[in-house]
Amino acid sequence: MTMKKLTLLIALALCGLLFTGCGSKDSSQKVYVYNWGEYIDPEVLDLFEDETGIKVVYDEFQVNEEMYPKIKENAVQYDVVCPSDYMIQKMIQEDLLAEIDFSKIPNLSNIDQAYLDSAQGFDPGNKYSVPYCWGTVGILYNKTMVDEPIDSWGALFDEKYSGNILMMDSVRDAYAIALRYLGYDLNSTDRNQIQEATKLLQSQYPLVQAYVVDQVRDKMIGGEAAIGVIYSGEAIYTKRENPDLEYVVPKEGSNVWIDGWVIPKNCKSKENAEAFINFMCRPDIALKNFEYITYSTPNKTAREMITDEDIKNSSVAFPDQSVLDRCSTFSYLGADMEAFYNDEWNKVKSGIK
Amino acid sequence: MNDTKPKHNPLLERGLMLPNANRMKLFSFPYILWMAGFIIIPLIMILFYGMTTSENRFTFANLAMIAEPINYKALALALLLSIISTVICLILAYPLSIILNNIKMKSNSLIIFIIILPMWMNFLLRTIAWQNILERTGILNTLLTFLHLPTLNIINTPAAIILGMVYNYLPFMILPIYNVLIKIDQDVVNAARDLGANSLQTFIKIIFPLSLPGVISGITMVFVPSLTTFAISSILGGSKIVLMGNVIEQQFTLGNWHTGSGLSLVLMIFVLLCMAILSKYDKEAEGSSIW
Repeated sequence: MTMKKLTLLIALALCGLLFTGCGSKDSSQKVYVYNWGEYIDPEVLDLFEDETGIKVVYDEFQVNEEMYPKIKENAVQYDVVCPSDYMIQKMIQEDLLAEIDFSKIPNLSNIDQAYLDSAQGFDPGNKYSVPYCWGTVGILYNKTMVDEPIDSWGALFDEKYSGNILMMDSVRDAYAIALRYLGYDLNSTDRNQIQEATKLLQSQYPLVQAYVVDQVRDKMIGGEAAIGVIYSGEAIYTKRENPDLEYVVPKEGSNVWIDGWVIPKNCKSKENAEAFINFMCRPDIALKNFEYITYSTPNKTAREMITDEDIKNSSVAFPDQSVLDRCSTFSYLGADMEAFYNDEWNKVKSGIK
Repeated sequence: MNDTKPKHNPLLERGLMLPNANRMKLFSFPYILWMAGFIIIPLIMILFYGMTTSENRFTFANLAMIAEPINYKALALALLLSIISTVICLILAYPLSIILNNIKMKSNSLIIFIIILPMWMNFLLRTIAWQNILERTGILNTLLTFLHLPTLNIINTPAAIILGMVYNYLPFMILPIYNVLIKIDQDVVNAARDLGANSLQTFIKIIFPLSLPGVISGITMVFVPSLTTFAISSILGGSKIVLMGNVIEQQFTLGNWHTGSGLSLVLMIFVLLCMAILSKYDKEAEGSSIW
């Protein structure tokens, strides 16, 4: 009997502990972050927690289109999200984002003005976003598995690489490649041009080994395929792991993108979101992050602090103006065009002509 | 099978057991709440989304989306692959269950434990492991090259997806069949033998009919998840082979909840159809099936 009483007492005590635990857990002590997969140094999150006492709840997405409906439908409330340019534009237009209070982000001064200027293209007045990373889309190829150096998107449609091609499983990126190869604008809204691109992508389908996003990195390192489409930020890392790999921005031109931190309107704590963004702009943190994820940073102070001269002057991480001149950014094309692109892409992916 | 229950329970007849029965009802309340919250309400929501447009007007258009070549071909392929993997599971599981039943050793529970053991690990991880095994430069091909044998290239093909389905769902076929087999009264089998039936006759006339409920639960538990899977096909099919589950997943991730729900309803019709056909063969089965 006494034993029973004791257990009851312990149970009650535990319950009490549980409730006090809940009570002291102020919701303002958490920040909900929704970011791309493999896109942050996990230690940075620990540092943020240690310095501010704000706990980070961290989720990942693979493509913009996966993130968007969750914010739109209010399914999950995130404080900070990191979409790409055209998606930020779309979210601004649909009134999903809150204006950032830049007085809370003094570290913004570290961001190179050039990137803030190009961000005006999707965020006029720089009111809603803070650039996080930027880069190009290009081809990563294995020197030992191809006959000649690759400099054209044409390699992705070349039958001799059948079964050795890893294609990007993301609608806008895939169409950017096809449209640029055909000589069209990657923001094309001409349905004939898009359908022509669909035909090209359909002819590519039998040659493709797999459609991937994040997996391309490990597959290329492992020598699974000769050619893959990849974001420039992965190139330094993959080359470090497998020296046979080479990154190139094809001569036909490509997409240059900027991902930026934004705060959704339905966030739980705007203050914590701003604290997080400010922390991410701090030069030592941006540097730490850059060294881990190797995606080009718009943080000029951090770039100056890079000790490895090869990386500091890397043409992959910080390409010449001549490369950037043949690249363009995505813009949001409106709901109708977006649905059209999606339908066309589904046709390609189904493998039915 | 119900012979353990006494035919006449005087207490029950006089209604004296009623309070107890009521108490039992009370205990079932959390389960009913669970069912309502996680089965009934989501089903109603899918029905609602599937039959309406984005302006909340009634429509059959979402269901009609199945007439699109992309969609019905994905459904046909999903049906084909899930039927093939169900048949393979059955062919593998039935003899194994009989062997397990016949050896009647202490190690039996160990073997069952080994079958269940992989299920302790997340099935996505196990499927990704298969991806690593089957890749061109994967574990299997490295081994084959080492032994100077020809390499096997089945990754990103329907064969890899079938392998993934069979691997993941085989325990769901073995366990119900094994459970039914061990419950078959040995006296029934002995009686058949006494009356002159040979092994084959005993199997066809006695053991197989008695094991049918297990077979049917097994088929349902393999066929339904195989038909609806999207994870196995996207991991082992390299996002190149599009099954019905992938089409629906794609619609939901792109935010077309109405189309996604409509197509889910179509898929649900096929699941119900399968279960209805199976229940026909399951008339004599007593309680051990899903229905």
